[in-house]
Amino acid sequence: MQVAVDPLLVVLLLVNFFLLGTSRLRALISGSASQGALLALLVLSVHGGITLQAALIALATIALKTIVIPAMLTRALRDAAIHREIEPVIGFVPSLLLGGLGTGLSLVFARTLPLAPEHAGSLLVPASLATAFTGFLLLATRRKAITQVVGYLALENGVFVMGLTLVEAMPLFVEIGVLLDLVVAIFVMGIIIEHISREFSSIDTTRLSSLKE
Amino acid sequence: MALALVLVPLAFAAAAAAMPSQKWRPWLLPACGTVHLALTILALGRPDVAAIGGWLKLDDLGRLVLAVVSVLFFACSLYAPSYLALRTERSNRVFVPCLLVFLAMTSLIVESQHLGLMWVAIEATTLACAPLLHFNHHARSIEATWKYLLIGSVGVALALLGTFFLAYAALRAGLGSSLFFADLVREAPRLSRPWLHAAFVLLFVGYGTKMGLAPMHTWKPDAYGEAPGIVGTLLAGALTSCAFLALLRFFQIAAAGGEAEFARQLMIGIGLFSMAVAGVFMARQRDYKRMLAYSSVEHMGILVLGIGIGGLGVFGSLLHLVNNAVTKGVMFLSAGNIHRAYGSKSTEDVRGALRRLPFSGALFLAGFFAVTGSPPFAPFLSEFTIVRAAMTQGHAVVGALFLLMLAIVFIGMGGAVLAVVQGEPPEHEPEGFRDRLGTVAPIALLMAIVVLLGVYVPPSVGALVSNAAAFVEGRR
Repeated sequence: MQVAVDPLLVVLLLVNFFLLGTSRLRALISGSASQGALLALLVLSVHGGITLQAALIALATIALKTIVIPAMLTRALRDAAIHREIEPVIGFVPSLLLGGLGTGLSLVFARTLPLAPEHAGSLLVPASLATAFTGFLLLATRRKAITQVVGYLALENGVFVMGLTLVEAMPLFVEIGVLLDLVVAIFVMGIIIEHISREFSSIDTTRLSSLKE
Repeated sequence: MALALVLVPLAFAAAAAAMPSQKWRPWLLPACGTVHLALTILALGRPDVAAIGGWLKLDDLGRLVLAVVSVLFFACSLYAPSYLALRTERSNRVFVPCLLVFLAMTSLIVESQHLGLMWVAIEATTLACAPLLHFNHHARSIEATWKYLLIGSVGVALALLGTFFLAYAALRAGLGSSLFFADLVREAPRLSRPWLHAAFVLLFVGYGTKMGLAPMHTWKPDAYGEAPGIVGTLLAGALTSCAFLALLRFFQIAAAGGEAEFARQLMIGIGLFSMAVAGVFMARQRDYKRMLAYSSVEHMGILVLGIGIGGLGVFGSLLHLVNNAVTKGVMFLSAGNIHRAYGSKSTEDVRGALRRLPFSGALFLAGFFAVTGSPPFAPFLSEFTIVRAAMTQGHAVVGALFLLMLAIVFIGMGGAVLAVVQGEPPEHEPEGFRDRLGTVAPIALLMAIVVLLGVYVPPSVGALVSNAAAFVEGRR
């Protein structure tokens, strides 16, 4: 099963570019959901078979990242009646270029870190850094609250991939705790988005600008 | 015992969520605050407090922070019923349970010996705070909550990445990658240096965001400015202390792994930068609650600066952790009272607080002198200790800059505070709020601690701080 890890990571990186390039919010949410499914497959292939712990984590990942969270975001989208990310701070093409640059730099940086023999030559570390960087880019350059949440999810996905190098080490309940915290975080963000859209009749975070120096 | 400190507040939170009465629910807070304080005093008296096979354990640093959190929560819980009685227009059905969950999670942070568990607890405090910040439900509080939630979550996610890096360093060293704090400190010399280095940077940025160090402090003025006084106190006194504890845990690992010099330089640099940023933004600040947020940024800078200097500075920094928490309680709660009475946070509308609210106004003024490090209040002692450490341990320039920043902050903050307390109050009274026992006595209690610690540090408190300092420096 180990052989499937790198191809899955390449798909993950491609989805990163899809997230950076699309302006349709619904596509953005689907992209994020597909990353969740990829992560679940990665968990199974890194564990090298279906152990109880791997199965539990993969199931929890699918349930939360591919079903629950996208459903919550889709509902928020419907309530706010918007479809597109308009006027990002950096345009779509420049942000794609930046994403490419970030992925390249992640590959270079990961080279400088000494890897354990079982991970030598694997894409796990660079893919983790590149996905986290994509999340950052989405968070920093997009204006819609939902896109920012998807950015946060991508950042979390990057951290999750790094966690895959530690499968033997992390106790199950810490991993479940991490996932649980994530879903509660998105849930709370969903509630706040609802309040934003009710109060400002929009989920454009540039309207959140009364507090500044 | 170790488990009870976490489970008791959680049980109270469940009770508060189930309780139907809006009027009686807030009284669960002082009940839980008292029980938690009693448990803390009992735990501090015992030599060994541990649970679940070493996952939870009170070490010397944990003892100090637990004492601070418990005392501060106790004072806030005494204040809460009177405050919530004034806010009957808002439901406290979410507010009260979230405060109690916050207490449970901060106790869990303090006791966790597993760094993954500690991360889970820290993220849980971020989430428990979101409804607390959003208590007022107006446009500005939504904005503050959104920024807090997003920036806080990103910071904590980076800290998780750093924790994974650290675990990987251990895995590569053939330690089977345990994330237990004691194992990592013991085995730190064998950890891979590049991974350790990268992990410390990520963790410093991540938990530094949670502490509110500049330049990761941008959520702080918004959140503290819009939060009710109790929430401001708990964020600025308890949560920041817990984030600092997390930072110190990783500092210890980095120092044991031979990265001490790098970590100390980073801390001195960021500490001075935080103080400078606070000084600049306080200079013409018209919103006295945002001003308190910048004061918090300044004091977080002082805390890491003391650690960066090392030696006596570590003792000064940990003493300052206590003093800062208690003084921030005085400032935020009295500022909350003034806000209630005037219905405004701007120094343009608020004048003559000493006349309209003689007690809150006087406590706010005394709190200002304390927080800026004037004698005979407690922060003077700890700030003086840090300056002395800087001067005697070959950091004279740092010491001089430290004093300069303190002076700038004193002047900047003084302008706003004097504008609030002096003069004639405006004619009309928007809310008719007056000082009463329930909203003044808890602040007076905290002020009494500030004065006491300023003139005389009781041996038990001194031992708590010096044990924690010895622990951080790896001498215990």
